[in-house]
Amino acid sequence: MKKIASFVISDILRNKVILVYTLVLAVFSWSIFSLEDSTSKAVLSLLNLVLLTVPLVAIIFSNIYIYNSGEFIELLVSQPVKRASIWTALFAGLSSALVVSFLVGIGIPVVIFIPGKTGLILVATGIMVTLVFTSLAMLCSILMRDKARGIGLSVIIWLFMTLIYDGLVLFLMFQFADYPIEKPMVVVSALNPIDLARILVLLQIDMTVLLGFTGAVFQKMFGTTTGLAVSAILMMLWILIPFYLSLKIFKRKDL
Amino acid sequence: MIELTNISKSFGQTKALSEINLRLEKGRCVGLIGPNACGKTTLIKHFLGMVFPDKGQILVNGRSVAGDVSYKNHIGYMPQIGRYPENMSIIQVIDMIRSIRHFDGKEDLELFHSFGLDTVSYKKMRTLSGGTTQKVSATLAFMFNPTVLVLDEPTAGLDPMASEILREKIIKVRQDKLILISSHLLSELDDLLTDVIFMEEAHIKFHLTVSELFERTGEERVSRAIHKILKAGVR
Amino acid sequence: MIITCRRPGFLAITLIWSLPLWGCTLTVGSGKDFIRIADALKQASDKDTVMVFEGTYAEGTLTIRKKIIMIGIERPIIDGGMKGEVLAIKSSDVIVKGFRIIRSGSGTLDDPAGIRVYNVKKVILEDNELVDNFFGIYLQYSSGCIVRNNKIMANASEEQKIGNGIHCWKSDSLTIIGNKITGHRDGIYFEFVTHSLVWRNISKYNLRYGLHFMFSNDDDYINNVFVANGAGVAVMYTKNVLMYNNTFAESRGDASYGILLKDISDAEIIGNSFTDNTSALYLEGANRMVISKNTFRDNGWGLKIQANCMDNVVQENNFISNTFDVSTNGSLVLNTFKNNYWDKYEGYDLNKDACGDVPYRPLSLYAVVIENNPVAMLLFRSFMISLLERTEKLIPSITPESFRDDHPKMKPLDL
Repeated sequence: MKKIASFVISDILRNKVILVYTLVLAVFSWSIFSLEDSTSKAVLSLLNLVLLTVPLVAIIFSNIYIYNSGEFIELLVSQPVKRASIWTALFAGLSSALVVSFLVGIGIPVVIFIPGKTGLILVATGIMVTLVFTSLAMLCSILMRDKARGIGLSVIIWLFMTLIYDGLVLFLMFQFADYPIEKPMVVVSALNPIDLARILVLLQIDMTVLLGFTGAVFQKMFGTTTGLAVSAILMMLWILIPFYLSLKIFKRKDL
Repeated sequence: MIELTNISKSFGQTKALSEINLRLEKGRCVGLIGPNACGKTTLIKHFLGMVFPDKGQILVNGRSVAGDVSYKNHIGYMPQIGRYPENMSIIQVIDMIRSIRHFDGKEDLELFHSFGLDTVSYKKMRTLSGGTTQKVSATLAFMFNPTVLVLDEPTAGLDPMASEILREKIIKVRQDKLILISSHLLSELDDLLTDVIFMEEAHIKFHLTVSELFERTGEERVSRAIHKILKAGVR
Repeated sequence: MIITCRRPGFLAITLIWSLPLWGCTLTVGSGKDFIRIADALKQASDKDTVMVFEGTYAEGTLTIRKKIIMIGIERPIIDGGMKGEVLAIKSSDVIVKGFRIIRSGSGTLDDPAGIRVYNVKKVILEDNELVDNFFGIYLQYSSGCIVRNNKIMANASEEQKIGNGIHCWKSDSLTIIGNKITGHRDGIYFEFVTHSLVWRNISKYNLRYGLHFMFSNDDDYINNVFVANGAGVAVMYTKNVLMYNNTFAESRGDASYGILLKDISDAEIIGNSFTDNTSALYLEGANRMVISKNTFRDNGWGLKIQANCMDNVVQENNFISNTFDVSTNGSLVLNTFKNNYWDKYEGYDLNKDACGDVPYRPLSLYAVVIENNPVAMLLFRSFMISLLERTEKLIPSITPESFRDDHPKMKPLDL
């Protein structure tokens, strides 16, 4: 498995798309930090990058890569290698390659310009988001035999999580504005990995505002160690469940 | 050596294999013959765990292949159309397969040299012609001295020279091996066969030894004998 | 006992110390004229000086009824023994200096204090340390008093169990300078106190407000620092107040404010710095205020201006890194915003007059949304909300159109 994963990593790291992705992230974050004099604005711009670009690239790139690796997968399956190892190696390779380019593109400038908890949380959520969307891509590609459909599904998932889900949540908030909906809404928001990532960073940069809410719901739900642990567990579930489902399907898939 | 019991497989509405029963023994060289889309490749993919049967059981050396991949250590597979990661060179592909096989014995790289792959081993897979790709597939199939060789349309893309090399190689190694050659029409290799399996529309039409075949038809070449049987069947 | 009255040898010094020193000096301490301060106070007459030497004096409540100077040498400790008030001043023209006054009683009925000043004039309380008292310094019906360079500390955990650091009630012309107050309920509390100056005090970690005043007109607050108090600074029902160059920081939490202004009019809030507060400046029923040259940085809300505020002018302030620069609860705008620097401004300056050529709308859509539906904060900074905000900036529909700064500065003002 390790060999396959390392092969996948070295293959992806030589891929032009991933090089461009790394470069764009790096150019973007370096220019943000050199142009913005206030770190909080820089963090905000980076947050948008982490919440929009990173998941989009992760899910589409992974999808295409898996489709393009059809031959490779077939070759491996005919060899004495367990299917689970092949699929896991593919996931491990893809996600670590994407994480490496995220770390090079965004991680390094963040560590240089905003060392400390905010930067750490930003990088950690970026890594999590990358993993979640790679995992979702694995599921998309196994659900759809056709490449175009698989990519279509990926885009829909991305759009749903970054935009449509929030729209629905906002709608619910206004529909039930007269009820005590704080806690259910916190739970609903935490169920979307993008929202969860956003709220974790929000807790760092908008602490002063968040403290202004009755009962300090945000702190109690996310800000405590338990909250952080729960958030991390939710993220892990978002990584593991789609991957596990895709693995289950892959194990029984006819090639 | 390989035993298939009641294997059925459908892809959606299409029936690919229907109630296949098959027993193949060591030392045989079996031709799997039939028209296009008769289920040959599907059957072969079952041996390799690339496709799972809807029903039935596959035993290799008396052990079920379900949930176990170690039996593949004893199989050399040459696919009909070898598809490889495009960005890898020939030597990288060979190295990679070598690294995942954990083969202890002496590697058989005879084909690698006799096909002349050693001179182009730096070339990327995507730049190779269909024939050269087949040569790589053949090399990989024979490399780990397997007891079962599954060759799916082995001569399809090969030039006559290469076909001859492959033929020589089969003759050289066929002792104590089970060799399964699938083809819609045999030509170069049919004199190697000991058995013939004829498939049609997801069924095995017949499974005869070559001597039985010749006896029934009075022919002395496999291809002609099969033609004769088919014509008789049509009539 | 015979008291020797020693005149100071140097005329020059006596001139500087001015008139009161023309009395006698009474010493208190082991081996001095008196062992107990109470005895000295009883013996002393107007213009005398009572010098108290190092030691701990636990004599119950001490009351000064004469115009004397009481000076602590090497910071003697007066211990109230957790009963009643420690030092009561019931005479005008008293100076108390250099003591450490600890452990007054507690209780909300009689409001015991470390030093309590009753109905007098021109008392000076200077360089004392007041530790663990219910109230630190308490002035009532007093005028012309000076409270200077005292350190007032307590360690209370609940608002009900502690009084204020410097509590002034129905007084006039007070000067409160350079005091440091921590751990009380309100750091400085003014009720019906007029024409007074609060200058260079530091009020930190108090449970409720760093500064709290009501019905206290014509007061000036200059160069004070209010940090990390439970709810910041609250000022209510007052007019003609000047607040210059103060620092309001780290008032964080539900209902916490850098300054809360309620029913205030004709006040000037100039040159202050607001940092890291949940709401930096909250205005409710505030009229004719001038808010200028302040810096609002890293606050949750810079300016929360309720719709019942009018004729206020907000100009030449810096708004930097606040989550929301401005928020309001209505659509009526009766206040003027001009020439402020807003770091969120994205306009341009083609005519190079240092002001942006397009107006800036400091009120963000989401600030309005949150005002009505706080839970919506959960979606803050999401992609969808950013899209909505952009649209709103182009075509205002929910935020009042007239809520804008027509001449926003391109660069932060040098404040």
